[in-house]
Amino acid sequence: MLAPPLGWFVLIYMASLALLLVTAFWQINFFTTQIEQVWNLDNFRTIVSDPTYRIIIGRTVALAATVTITDAVIAFPFAYYMARVASRRIQTLLFAAVLLPLWASYIARIYSWILILNHSGVLNWSLQSLNLPPADIGYTNVAMWIVFSYIWLPFMIIPTYAAMERLPESLMEAAADLGARRWRAVRDIVLPLALPGVVAGSIFTFSLTLGDYITPILVGGESSGWRSLGLGTGSTFIGNVVYSNVGIANNVPFAAALTMIPVAIMTLYLLGAKRLGAFEAL
Amino acid sequence: MESFWARFALRLWVVLILLFLFLPLVLIPLYAFNSSNIESWPLAGLTTKWFATTWNDPDVQTGFALSLRAGLTATALALVLGSCAAFAIHRMTFFGRDVVSLLFVLPLALPGIVTGLALNSFFHFTGISLSIWTIVVGHTTFCIVIVYNNVLARLRRTQGSLIEAAMDLGANAFQTFRDVTLPLIGTAIVSGAMLAFALSFDEVIVTTFTAGAQNTLPMWIFGAIRLGQKLPEVNVVVSFVILVTIIPVVIAARLTGGSGIARTTGAR
Repeated sequence: MLAPPLGWFVLIYMASLALLLVTAFWQINFFTTQIEQVWNLDNFRTIVSDPTYRIIIGRTVALAATVTITDAVIAFPFAYYMARVASRRIQTLLFAAVLLPLWASYIARIYSWILILNHSGVLNWSLQSLNLPPADIGYTNVAMWIVFSYIWLPFMIIPTYAAMERLPESLMEAAADLGARRWRAVRDIVLPLALPGVVAGSIFTFSLTLGDYITPILVGGESSGWRSLGLGTGSTFIGNVVYSNVGIANNVPFAAALTMIPVAIMTLYLLGAKRLGAFEAL
Repeated sequence: MESFWARFALRLWVVLILLFLFLPLVLIPLYAFNSSNIESWPLAGLTTKWFATTWNDPDVQTGFALSLRAGLTATALALVLGSCAAFAIHRMTFFGRDVVSLLFVLPLALPGIVTGLALNSFFHFTGISLSIWTIVVGHTTFCIVIVYNNVLARLRRTQGSLIEAAMDLGANAFQTFRDVTLPLIGTAIVSGAMLAFALSFDEVIVTTFTAGAQNTLPMWIFGAIRLGQKLPEVNVVVSFVILVTIIPVVIAARLTGGSGIARTTGAR
């Protein structure tokens, strides 16, 4: 019974991934735009030596890290309330409420923020009603930061909640008996024991931000000052470079080499996460 | 116990985050009734004229038809392959079982761009031209994972003794499957199919790399937003897609008591 699904995965999916790796070592003939199956390291050499790509990779990783930290900060009190304060019924309701947006159309959730953040959108209107200056953060790095944090937030809440729920109440009681105030117990008991859950969530927030190209294309743009989030004025990320190399430049070998960057970063990240016990928290 | 103020602050935080999660989703259906074709807030007025315009747009029609066909085909394939995989992994204790189960979650754990570009290279290398069938192959690959996770989770919670009892009482393999196993796992299979369809109907990251000249509905939305064209129609279509993806998920959640939609193994 295993043969049909395993056959599908090995013959199509694994073969595709292997081919992607191999393609990264090929090159394109710039006159015929055909792929030449000549083994070389030129694509990787370009990525490492050209400062443009180093900046793009650095910017993407920095954004992914910022999004991950933001989601962790938002998720921690939320998950704490779900796991340690809410009644059983509220717990179930919140669980469903967090998961529902995750399933609601991905592109719809990005689009909703275009409506909110654009020049004549809900945000600027709200600020104007309060006699505040417009924020004008549509099509900037700040917009991307908000949108990524929004779309991946459920991935952070669920494992953090799961880790906190497993934590026995007796530990908190013991801390209280020993004279620790509640916030001290949260800092010294809940925080370290929930960490594998937070790391498990960060795998998704980090990995999905690294590889996304839809969000940069739809909500990103040239930005300066605080609107650039300190990530420079450029609006290109690993995802869009891969996307444009496939669509416009038709340089699939270079795109393949570039996707190896998020794959390599995620492999290192996963090895680190495994050491922190995040896989048991998945 | 938390102090009164700590509870108050936590409750306030939860309410704010719930508003953050849901208000954006409510906004789009409101814009679908916007009488102006300029996307500004507050709405200029209310109208239902864009629904007719959208309904009659041939690009939307073909996109919807393609998404529906690809989604249903991929769901059907994933239903068979994913259930087979779950049964095999659950029953057998063979060497390399952990490797195989890791393999089955890979399409959801890797960034979509990796899966998309890998399949794109595969189709180019093997000389398969991009069409609805290459879209179906891409969708089936990650839909299998959804069905597999759902069915496997249910099998693990099902008592094997019930199946053994049926066999002991003289039922053959087929009778046991039809009368005992299927009723036990039926809702898990149905909810897996619902979720797989919801994911397929909305997928755009992998689809962009595996589609030929024809656009699926999410690809049409992506293109329209990017070029800033037909935005009143985008509002209508996106509202519709939200409904089409949320309804199966609500049904799946009811069928599995909420646990089935957890999807902690990633997006796409």
